[in-house]
Amino acid sequence: MTSRSETATSCHREEHRQLLFRYVLAHADDNLILAQRLSGWISRAPDLEEDIAMANIALDLLGRARMLLDYAGQLEGRDRSEDDLAMFRSEREFTNLLLVEQPNGDFAHTMVRQFLYDAYQTALWKSLCGSADATLAGIAGKAIKEARYHLRHSGTWLLRLGRGTEESHRRTQRALEGLWRFTAEMFETSETDRKLAGAGLGVEPAGLQPGWERGVEKVFCEAGLQIPNDRFARSGGRSGFHTEHLGLMLAEMQWMQRAYPGMQW
Amino acid sequence: MANERSFVTISVVSAQHPGRARFEALLAAEEKVEPADWMPEGYRKTLIRQIAQHAHSEVIGMQPEGNWISRAPTLKRKAILMAKVQDEAGHGLYLYSAAETLGITRDEMVRLLHEGKQKYSSIFNYPTLSWADIGCIGWLVDGAAITNQVMLTRCSFGPYARGMVRICKEESFHQRQGFQIMETLCRGSAEQREMAQDGLGRWWWPSLMMFGPHDSDSTHSDQSMAWKIKRVSNDDLRQQFVDMTVPQADYLGLTVPDPELRWNPERGHYDFGEIDWDEFWAVVRGNGPMNRERIAHKRAAWYDGAWVRKAASAYAARHTGQVG
Repeated sequence: MTSRSETATSCHREEHRQLLFRYVLAHADDNLILAQRLSGWISRAPDLEEDIAMANIALDLLGRARMLLDYAGQLEGRDRSEDDLAMFRSEREFTNLLLVEQPNGDFAHTMVRQFLYDAYQTALWKSLCGSADATLAGIAGKAIKEARYHLRHSGTWLLRLGRGTEESHRRTQRALEGLWRFTAEMFETSETDRKLAGAGLGVEPAGLQPGWERGVEKVFCEAGLQIPNDRFARSGGRSGFHTEHLGLMLAEMQWMQRAYPGMQW
Repeated sequence: MANERSFVTISVVSAQHPGRARFEALLAAEEKVEPADWMPEGYRKTLIRQIAQHAHSEVIGMQPEGNWISRAPTLKRKAILMAKVQDEAGHGLYLYSAAETLGITRDEMVRLLHEGKQKYSSIFNYPTLSWADIGCIGWLVDGAAITNQVMLTRCSFGPYARGMVRICKEESFHQRQGFQIMETLCRGSAEQREMAQDGLGRWWWPSLMMFGPHDSDSTHSDQSMAWKIKRVSNDDLRQQFVDMTVPQADYLGLTVPDPELRWNPERGHYDFGEIDWDEFWAVVRGNGPMNRERIAHKRAAWYDGAWVRKAASAYAARHTGQVG
């Protein structure tokens, strides 16, 4: 016999599991897409040290994406592997932030994108270390160490570029102007976020914003960079409404699996 | 420029330099020559040429493999490939450092590469056209490189020999992952086996060319052997590679594209056909399938990054000690 309260708890748990699936998948997508973008720099960086650094960061992000995809697959309970989730979902099913799918542009554009994201990831994983979900907390424990290191890398570059030469300053300011409209999306709080935060499993992104703003403003100020006045914010990534860049990237990333489905590699 | 001038000074006095006896004694005793030791000008120049060429090969080699990072068939393969290409960059970095101990800067070596005055391994002038090519590079190209580099761990120049120990460890891991890609393809579908065979067909001969000209035609070999920079001849290394690799191809069920290949029980080695030396020299001279593209890619990255390096230098000059 199952009591009414036990049934309710079980329904609750099932609901949380499905919410957590979507939540984990969205964070997996952020990391996967940015890893794919960043890996485009390998052999194209300004120097060999930076080739190594960007490959390293891309590898960390890919590793994080893989752990999250694997966990998402378990939560979903439909036996989908990390590769099923990465290679056989369409553009509309990816729920990454628009920021991470933006093209690399020049080195300043990549570093500004990276800095905005690293600052966000640092805040996010720090909070998720306290998740009541043991797996997510475990992933967060690993991710926070990497994210802090990444933030130091991109933050230091912003100072060098912002205060380096007239040209580097101009390029970096232009990158910031081009990317700023994608930052608000990081802190939009959905119904899923609220429910998971309420259950102690996730965090409300809006709560991360003040700390993030203080952190990035401090670096921009030190780097002599102006945060744009433009209050226009573009969003939609979390609901699968992307910029036109994502589809082309997926076409490339997913091509082998789509062309030769069902094989071992 | 200061370094070039000091080379001239050294070479003038080198014939009767008292360091020569010590240098000869180090070689005879199988001990290592270190950067601060006196060395003949030719020895220094040979090592700079060779180590720079090796470093450039690691760096240019990032391109054909990097070509498949965005399309790797699984996330695990993508991660392995990224790590591998990152390793190549790391190898490049410490090889450049080893060369710098001989009195040349990395910037100078990069300039010479861009101007075509220093070379890199011709193997990277072939394109990667399918996923199997990533397997073939690991299996054959890294396999050939290891054959060569194991010998170099016994090279008389200390920094190069020691660098090779670490590089060989990583390369043997790369070689195994390449073989594993081939094994997976060969156990897979007909299309995958076809991909693997096509890859072997295109990479086999260029891999044999990696060992260089016949001993009889090799300009630098005799002196390098005498200086114990090179310890085994081109033809002997090539034979070692063929003997090691043919049974692996057999195991995979792939056909080596050489009708003259057969086991010779008298020699205890495989006999194999003649390399197309016209192709070999054409690629060396800049007319391989991808020579122009490789250098254009490298130069574009370097020039596109100029403003970044300039900004970093300007910042460092103003904030010495604050960047970390």
